[in-house]
Amino acid sequence: MNFETTIGLEVHVELKTNSKIFSPSPVQFGSDPNANTNVIDWGYPGVLPSTNKGVVEDGIRAALALHAEVEPHQHFDRKNYFYPDNPKAYQISQSESPMAHDGWIEIEVDGQKKKIGIAEMHIEEDAGKNSHSPNGFSYVDLNRQGTPLIEIVSKPEIASPDEAYAYLEALRQRIQFTGISDVKMEEGSMRVDVNISIRPIGSDKFGTKTELKNLNSFNYVRKGLAFEEKRQQQVLMSGGKIGQETRRYDEASGTTILMRVKEGSDDYRYFPEPDLPVLNISQDWIDEIGQTMPEMPGDRRKRYINDLGLTDYDAMVLTQTKEMSDFFEATIAEGADAKMASNYLQGDVNAFLNDNQVDLQETDLTPAHLAGMIKLISDGTISTKIAKKVFKAITKGEDPDAFVKEKGLIQLSDPAQLQPMIDEVLAANEQSVEDFKNGKDRAIGFLVGQIMKKTHGQANPKVVNQLLIASLKAL
Amino acid sequence: MNFYDTDLTQLHDDLVNKKISATELTKATFENIHATEDQVQAFLTLNEEVAMKQAQEVDANGINADQLVAGIPLGVKDNIVTKGLRTTAASKILDNFNPIYDATVIEKLKAQNFINAGKLNLDEFAMGGSTENSAYQTTHNPWDLTRVPGGSSGGSAAAVAAGQVLAALGTDTGGSIRLPASYNGVVGMKPTYGRVSRWGIIAFGSSLDQVGWLTQSVKDNALLTSLISGHDEHDLTSSTREVPNFASQLNDDTSVKGLRIAVPKEYLGEGVDEGVKETIKAALKHYESLGAIIDEVSLPNTQYGVAAYYIISSSEASSNLQRFDGIRYGVRATDVQNLEDVYVKSRSEGFGDEVKRRIMLGTFSLSAGFYDAYFKKASQIRTLIRQDFEKVFENHDLVMGPAGPTVAYKIGANITDPKAMYMNDVLTVPVNMAGLPGMSIPAGFSDNMPVGLQIIGKPFDEQTMYNAAYAFEQTTDFHKQTPNLGGQN
Repeated sequence: MNFETTIGLEVHVELKTNSKIFSPSPVQFGSDPNANTNVIDWGYPGVLPSTNKGVVEDGIRAALALHAEVEPHQHFDRKNYFYPDNPKAYQISQSESPMAHDGWIEIEVDGQKKKIGIAEMHIEEDAGKNSHSPNGFSYVDLNRQGTPLIEIVSKPEIASPDEAYAYLEALRQRIQFTGISDVKMEEGSMRVDVNISIRPIGSDKFGTKTELKNLNSFNYVRKGLAFEEKRQQQVLMSGGKIGQETRRYDEASGTTILMRVKEGSDDYRYFPEPDLPVLNISQDWIDEIGQTMPEMPGDRRKRYINDLGLTDYDAMVLTQTKEMSDFFEATIAEGADAKMASNYLQGDVNAFLNDNQVDLQETDLTPAHLAGMIKLISDGTISTKIAKKVFKAITKGEDPDAFVKEKGLIQLSDPAQLQPMIDEVLAANEQSVEDFKNGKDRAIGFLVGQIMKKTHGQANPKVVNQLLIASLKAL
Repeated sequence: MNFYDTDLTQLHDDLVNKKISATELTKATFENIHATEDQVQAFLTLNEEVAMKQAQEVDANGINADQLVAGIPLGVKDNIVTKGLRTTAASKILDNFNPIYDATVIEKLKAQNFINAGKLNLDEFAMGGSTENSAYQTTHNPWDLTRVPGGSSGGSAAAVAAGQVLAALGTDTGGSIRLPASYNGVVGMKPTYGRVSRWGIIAFGSSLDQVGWLTQSVKDNALLTSLISGHDEHDLTSSTREVPNFASQLNDDTSVKGLRIAVPKEYLGEGVDEGVKETIKAALKHYESLGAIIDEVSLPNTQYGVAAYYIISSSEASSNLQRFDGIRYGVRATDVQNLEDVYVKSRSEGFGDEVKRRIMLGTFSLSAGFYDAYFKKASQIRTLIRQDFEKVFENHDLVMGPAGPTVAYKIGANITDPKAMYMNDVLTVPVNMAGLPGMSIPAGFSDNMPVGLQIIGKPFDEQTMYNAAYAFEQTTDFHKQTPNLGGQN
């Protein structure tokens, strides 16, 4: 029997606003437990929430990035449940009238493009965090309580683990480009809840779905889903039944393990939040925000490929984050060659960021300096080898032109200066000259190396090569 | 001394002119409270020591002429959060609760250097109409100590009626200011929903709760309501409308001429005590004699009001009261094995029967499978009730009727019959459901107990209500009668 797979993804994205969604407490990471809290975050008697307008704006921004329709009259709802990290015992969320609905994003898998629908997205508050100490006590930190979230719910149109991966990547990029979130799984600013079901091809009813937990990267999402897809097939093929259950992905074994069987659904007793008035969102407001929306990564990729002649792959890598893409554009605007700028950003710059575990915008590197260095390479002023030194300098905020001049790193390209050195090297390496004559081209490499050594790497290798071959042939 | 023979303006002038000092006034207030409190039992917490200190400070710093309540002791219902002053909502679960912030209404009064005399009794979390649901004490009606003071702001109304304080803050979710005002022969105003900030009011039914005053006189009420009203950035349901100086527009009885008063036939129908009916009819006649036009109208959805109100208010309460879990504040049960135990025991021991009843009713009404038949249906009825009023207000300025179907009943008379208790709210809950302003003023007596005339206005038109109430008060003597504490009672 052949099956088709249906995957549903619920993505929570933490917004990087200055203050919380319903209280003036700061949103800040790494503070002492409960430092960023006030009476509202504690659910103190008598307190009321006040909506942070910036969160609503970010919600609209996200909706536009997802081609979703913004709900003009929306309200908040209370989702009721007891849990120590949920001090009011309800979460202020949106259920009846979410921020936006019926959006889509485009994904590409194996060269095939596909639109994945987004059922709805809404804004809500995050809960605090519980931690359990070996001393037997449990602790509650409410710093995260009230951090603004948007939740994005896909339509059941994702048909494979690869599509799920592509959806998450496309979603992450688009949200990242709007600037409303860092969307980093490893920092918890992007969290993914996954469900998957399979059914015989042609069946008009969805199969029973299982939920997967502990998927801490896109890769694990893909791996977990792939395992679960296969597991469900095996269960059904052997005459079994899929249970409505929550399963935990085990990173070590790459398998999913049963956590709990779900009987019925939770009853959160949603009802309209009486403490907050209806949010009326005018078309003018949406348009105003629309005008400040950046070009989305897909559009940028097209431009990079068609106008700048980059490869699909290069365009893809450069548009991973808006910061990288903006940096690239600023670098070529400063006159750098597009292909070289692309290579440097993907090569040396990325390596530097990885080594230092920093984001591009946190470094002292500027597009002007990177462009300056690339121009020095293009016009032959420095070699790519010398460029390694210059690169180090520009990551520290130094000006490449000044650095090259000050350190005397300008490339030797003048034949009148180079020829005497070549003559010297040839005289001192008779064996290599002999080898060359006997047809061993490798000897050239050795001789060039000698000259580079003599010039401390400043000789222009191209010119040296030309002069050397001419000299050898003349011997 | 008591406050029967004076008013806010007089006291303020006396203080400004140093005819009396804040210290003298505060001292006299507490002497009077001590003299009557054994009988009335209005206060849950007396703030005497701090109040005396504040009074001395006020005297030392002098009173600014524009600080109307400076140096004047006032009472505060105990579901209003007061910084550093125990706030229990008359519940055991908050027995040890000392808030770290002030409600906005308290902040506004503090900005004027008022003296907080103490915290007044109520039904636990404002759920009830008699103060019999207080976890601490039942307040006694100063007119007849064997009777209830009404509720839930029963402590506030009784304290004013007994002359203990000049005025007291109350809250009104389904009649909790107007019913006790009626039972105690004082003036009680529940402003339009959104007129006064709810920040710092321990929430019961968030879409219905509103703060207001219980006072001896209409003018005092008008003065004090202007003082606490206005938009608050802490409460997004508070209105940005300008706050009138209500008292400045009160004048003689001419304001009633041509006033179109609607009297819903449902408000003088079945279930309303004959004596109450007669008193109200006489009051309406009096309005007619002052030049008002009285029309009988119908508010046909009144009959569904109580049921819908109890579903909505209990649903909201079931959610609002979940935060009381014994963890971050309030009383935590001891002798527990695990977290679940802490929740269950703290709540089981901390909440009284009526609160538990409403939590269960509300939880049920919001549950999957019942939501549509209960909460949603009740919300639809709420819309119909609002529309009933809108229709009447197309052709009328005010709606009038009794505030309660009876006068104050005997303590214990209804305590075992929650449904009978709920029916006492039949004439007050529609006002909250529609978000309208409503007040009760002394309109006469039945069975030697005060009867309150309820005046209902258009949204944010408290002015017309105050004008009409003032005209009535200035041309009648009911408000001048006072209970005889320590006398034959």
